[in-house]
Amino acid sequence: MNNPSSFPFPEQASNLAPGVDWIFYTLTALCGAMTLLVVALITLFCVRYRRGSRASRANANPRSLPWEVGWTLLPLPIFLAIFFWAAKTYFRMSRPPKGAMEINVVAKQWMWKIQHSDGRREINELHIPVGRAVKLVMISQDVIHDFYVPAFRTKQDVLPGRYTTEWFTPTKPGKYHLFCAQYCGLDHAIMGGWIYVMMPADYAQWLAQGQPPDSLAARGERVFYTLGCSGCHAANSKIRAPLLDGIYGKPAPLSDGTIVTVDDQYLRDSILLPNKQIAAGYEPVMPTFQNRISEEDLTAVIAYLKSLGSVERNDP
Amino acid sequence: MNTETRELPMTLEPRANYLNDGHSIRSWLLTTDHKRIGLLYMVSITLFFFVGGAAAAMMRLELLRPQGGLVTSALYNKLFTMHGVIMVWFFLIPSIPTVLGNFLVPLMIGARDVAFPRLNLVSWYLFIAGGASALWAIIAGGVDTGWTFYTPYSSTYANGHVLAMAAGIFIAGFGSIATGLNFIVTIHKMRAPGLTWFRLPLFIWTIYTTSLILVLATPVLAITLTLMALERLFGVGIFNPAMGGDPLLFQHLFWFYSHPAVYIMILPSMGVVSELIPCFSRKSIFGYNFIAYATISIGVFGFLVWGHHMFVSSQSVYAGMIFSILSFLVSIPSAIKVFNWTATLYKGSITFQTPMLYAFGFIGLFTIGGLTGLFLAALAVDVHLHDTYFVIAHFHYIMVGGAVMGYLGGLHFWWPKITGRLYCEWLAKLAAVTIFAGFNLTFFPQFILGFMGMPRRYPVYAPEFQVLNVLSTAGASILAIGYLLPLAYLLWSLRYGKPAGANPWKATGLEWKTSSPPPRDNFANAPVVTEEPYNYDAQAAELSLEENSHA
Repeated sequence: MNNPSSFPFPEQASNLAPGVDWIFYTLTALCGAMTLLVVALITLFCVRYRRGSRASRANANPRSLPWEVGWTLLPLPIFLAIFFWAAKTYFRMSRPPKGAMEINVVAKQWMWKIQHSDGRREINELHIPVGRAVKLVMISQDVIHDFYVPAFRTKQDVLPGRYTTEWFTPTKPGKYHLFCAQYCGLDHAIMGGWIYVMMPADYAQWLAQGQPPDSLAARGERVFYTLGCSGCHAANSKIRAPLLDGIYGKPAPLSDGTIVTVDDQYLRDSILLPNKQIAAGYEPVMPTFQNRISEEDLTAVIAYLKSLGSVERNDP
Repeated sequence: MNTETRELPMTLEPRANYLNDGHSIRSWLLTTDHKRIGLLYMVSITLFFFVGGAAAAMMRLELLRPQGGLVTSALYNKLFTMHGVIMVWFFLIPSIPTVLGNFLVPLMIGARDVAFPRLNLVSWYLFIAGGASALWAIIAGGVDTGWTFYTPYSSTYANGHVLAMAAGIFIAGFGSIATGLNFIVTIHKMRAPGLTWFRLPLFIWTIYTTSLILVLATPVLAITLTLMALERLFGVGIFNPAMGGDPLLFQHLFWFYSHPAVYIMILPSMGVVSELIPCFSRKSIFGYNFIAYATISIGVFGFLVWGHHMFVSSQSVYAGMIFSILSFLVSIPSAIKVFNWTATLYKGSITFQTPMLYAFGFIGLFTIGGLTGLFLAALAVDVHLHDTYFVIAHFHYIMVGGAVMGYLGGLHFWWPKITGRLYCEWLAKLAAVTIFAGFNLTFFPQFILGFMGMPRRYPVYAPEFQVLNVLSTAGASILAIGYLLPLAYLLWSLRYGKPAGANPWKATGLEWKTSSPPPRDNFANAPVVTEEPYNYDAQAAELSLEENSHA
């Protein structure tokens, strides 16, 4: 889009793009060579051994075994090499670096709702600074969608009921397509938008625009009190429920003897399906909040609970 | 020479064969003759092919302009669903097995019919009942889930006649299972004396493997669609997380069937090509045993790679790695086959009749289709290419470039046997070349579109993708002409074609040892097999001896 002269080479605008493209071009060269070899051999044989040609047909049936072994084993190391190379890159793509800027994405038929941690919200647009790793924590409100940015060479399905993550470090300022890549119904094709990768100065200017809203965690705190969570999950509560300060990222023992790590998914499930995993030592008295809390508010509450964690760690 | 061919029709017509064994509608609709059932399938899948093709034509026209405008998004979504469902389940999967397989399996192994002739007829009725249900779903308002029926869209959110469409696939699936069972038993129990496993034509090996896949995989599809229907009808929470289900479970189950289904489509075409190449290079096939083993291993490996459709679904990274490496491995037996076909040409005596042109077309397009599969098996590359036009191009190279070229090649090869007539050779060659050119112009640009990032299932798209889309649509119009040509000249040949004689290609194989069209019971005398398959070398020696003695 920015640079149509580069056709047919799509823009490389993330740290992941060059790695993916290198594998792609290597495969193109290998497979192109293989196709040319087969076509050249067939053409050669067709000309040389057409009916009535004078080429010698002596020893027309060589022993096949050495050939079979040869062309079975020859591609094997090449395939394994490509596999390892691509798998290594994939592994890197699936592990967001620590300290990445976390942004929440809620997908619904047919729009993308973005929530920055400072509370700023966008629809079908995402503004990010160049050079900083971004981690998207995504969930769908209805069917499966897919957050696809071709210029970043990355995509990830966005599922209902389950957080998925995707990360990239934008490397080139510009305006890039955001597509929904998983068919999601009527307006799937227009469920898209733009990613704006900005120079740090421009990004700072963009941040300064408008009224700075509450941070996501602050909004989550309000939801936490409005929905009455604090009625039980507070130190002075009469009902016995676990205190939530500082639990994020820590192991939590469950009543069935297993131990889970408290992460976004665990918190989400505990709010919507409280009987699924019961904290050890507590009665399963919590009501479900399914249909009472929106995906955006859930994200905010989880952000609030995470922020409690950091407070706790400062407290001796 | 001329007088001889002109006289032949007179002598051919009165001879009893399966075609003039009863002319009433009833004699066709209640037939248990495998050859007539093959023709029933041929007529039905041809109809479905043009229905599915019409949907594709409308999609390609819509995609001429980035902003679309020919059809609404709602209609476009129904068109690609209809195209996928019809082409996959009502054309590609039945194509070679039920048409050529039904006609040829008993003839090739020297039997009078399949093991269960009445079950064979039941299969066709199940196929027609399923097809009718699917067509009804389309006419009554359509379905917009895509042929993949991903949940929870299909089970909860989609409007339209999802259940009728799924029921059609469910019912037709039982036809597939019965056909597979029939072929397995027939090939095991009814081979002519002397026809050992390693004397079987390779076409039989591929039909046998395909039948195993049909019997083992199709029930999983039936279960999957039933679970989807249960959730849609009664709200039983299986796939929808809002009801406690898991949407990825559907994808695992669906691809556990649908990936092997790709091999149901491509293996029989490989079988056809393995018949064509030796015949038109007058040589026995190179590496018979390896091709047979490769066929079986493709069938087995095909069951273990379904997860490569789910690399960006949030499936575990480690599961992704296993599925990736297995997908690389499954390409090796396919490569073995391509090399063996190529090696068969070496020091042959090659001629270029229509079926051979299709065989060459198959090898070229299948090679590209197979190799681009490696891009999608490579994990990091798939993340970018998944659900883009690259995937569309890849599987059309396999399923149209491969499977359909094989079907058409087989149809042209055995047409003289099936009908007793020859078609117009130059028109047939023209059609083969037109299809090859039109196909490449349609689908090659889609590889680039995908790499540039155009997602599939988009009726409107970003303007920078237009040039390649226009090329693709131009190619599709050439391809359409290419597909209409055989319909015309093959029908024409039924009445005006020259009589073919028993063996117009001087091919080996039992099916060529009986008259064309074959008698009701296939062989006047029960055949006994005493030689290896593809014994063209001995035949060539004989022919040259004859020529010498004439000289």
